[in-house]
Amino acid sequence: MTEVRDDGETTGPDYGFPAPVFRLLEEKGRPPGPLFNPRLWKSPIRGPWLTSVFAAVLLVGLPILIVTGLLSYLAYQPQFPGNAFPGDVHGLRLPYFTWPTNPSWLYRLNQGLHVGLGLALIPIVLAKLWSVIPKLFAWPPARSAAQLLERASLALLVGSILFELATGVLNIQYDYVFGFDFYTAHYYGAWVFLAAFVTHVALKLPVMVRSLRSRRLRDELRTPLAATVPEPLDEHGLVAIDPDDPTISRRGALAVVGGASLLITAVTLGETVGWRPSALLSARGQDYGDDPTDFQVNRTARTAGIPKDVSGWTLTVVGASTVTLTRDELLAMPQHTAELPIACVEGWSTVQTWTGVRLRDLVRLAGVERPESGVVTSLEKRGAFARAVLNRKQLVEPDALLALTVNGVDLSPDHGYPARIIVPAAPGVHNTKWVERIELRA
Amino acid sequence: MRRLYGAHPLHLLSLLGCFALAGYAALQASSDPKALRIALWFLGALIAHDLVLFPLYALSDRLVGGLLPRRRHHGRLVALPGTVNFVRVPALLSGLLLLVFFPVVLRRSEPAYGAASGLDQSPYLGRWLLITGVLFLGSAVLYALRVRRTREPAHTD
Repeated sequence: MTEVRDDGETTGPDYGFPAPVFRLLEEKGRPPGPLFNPRLWKSPIRGPWLTSVFAAVLLVGLPILIVTGLLSYLAYQPQFPGNAFPGDVHGLRLPYFTWPTNPSWLYRLNQGLHVGLGLALIPIVLAKLWSVIPKLFAWPPARSAAQLLERASLALLVGSILFELATGVLNIQYDYVFGFDFYTAHYYGAWVFLAAFVTHVALKLPVMVRSLRSRRLRDELRTPLAATVPEPLDEHGLVAIDPDDPTISRRGALAVVGGASLLITAVTLGETVGWRPSALLSARGQDYGDDPTDFQVNRTARTAGIPKDVSGWTLTVVGASTVTLTRDELLAMPQHTAELPIACVEGWSTVQTWTGVRLRDLVRLAGVERPESGVVTSLEKRGAFARAVLNRKQLVEPDALLALTVNGVDLSPDHGYPARIIVPAAPGVHNTKWVERIELRA
Repeated sequence: MRRLYGAHPLHLLSLLGCFALAGYAALQASSDPKALRIALWFLGALIAHDLVLFPLYALSDRLVGGLLPRRRHHGRLVALPGTVNFVRVPALLSGLLLLVFFPVVLRRSEPAYGAASGLDQSPYLGRWLLITGVLFLGSAVLYALRVRRTREPAHTD
């Protein structure tokens, strides 16, 4: 038997080194039962063309997931210790840069894309895996070291994409059943995926292109069930040797998978674009009510252990000099109003009208000319984001506020009363609530 | 090289690159106190799909296909072409929504969710059931229309 290689050449020997071992594996190693019999696979529409259509969609979508994911990590400004998780990623450290404050919807867009696209790609990933599953049970599993290694890389590819999707899906719904730090696992999992994905694309791109060219999409979209016939038998073993009669056309299958994608988007998108009633199944799709402070809360005052009575509260700003201000003194300073989003790493966001003191006015008050960074601490004593470091752009941006009111009323306890940070384009959790102290570094 | 290895040397190089980078990421993750759990979940994700989810939906699909009414066509008993889709498609969409949103639908994460948002997860089960109902009802209406159309000889496809 001669094997046709992916680039169309035929290789001389059947088996790589050591040939007797691979031959023995093929001839004597097949486990009993139907699972490794190619006749088990009956779908008449499985084939390289259909697989390649799913692959082409993923080839566009997955790089966007990777880029937005890595950008999100950088938006947490990991150059400041304690700001991002995992903290020190050694060789997997991308070049640090000062995260911008403009446009204010930057992080909202990034995370909306990351989470929204990640959810929408779930049906495509599952369809792609369905389309190639006969290869998982092909016998022999390999005829050469090359095939063996490639299979190992596929295990990394499939394991990592499923791991990333599963941890992401659980995290945005607050189901921490996995019992490890989400950020750490999702970050390193992403690098495993990146490695396996780039390699897979490098090895398979020619096959994908050739398979896509084997049929015309326009013709497939015009082919009804009655005229649906299997693709010609292929060297990859995807096309069924003994297919059933078709029960769905190829265009029907594509419509179901695409429709599933749209359905997931339809029941979640509202949490990002701000039309919550449509976000039927997203964790952040619930309405809070009609009051000015009725919008998404990320951590309640009770959970954060904020005392009910904060009447003696003061803000301390440490710079060249140390300034202590009461809430009334802050209200007596020039007030600035800005319409800004809170955009969470979980993909949801909410845009509100905030009023308060510009951070740069506080910076000037503390006698600092050019701040490098500012450590903001909360009344909250525990919690991963009870402390956040703001970068130099965030401290001087005209719309970056220490907000005292929202939508014309005092902040509610859950939204950070007596005062909270609100910075354009920053990840939601860096908009520290219940601010107690700002320590500037020049 | 090609004879021994079974592919072009570039094939080997790109795979070694892949394993090196993935290995480095795993090495970094291994300093996490929960590294073993992360590794088990990685492996579990593979098994859960290939050996649980896939067999489950593939067998359910065959089961549903086998339950459909059949009629004689060229001497063989076959279901009306495509009939299975009227069950398959709404079931698949509803099942997919449950697969993705089960934490809120089944109220699994209420304590953490409540601590963050101050809300509970009571609306989600009803919403999922409602969407499921609409999907199956819609499918039933489409099926009824198709049955009517195929019974009227004047209309042909």
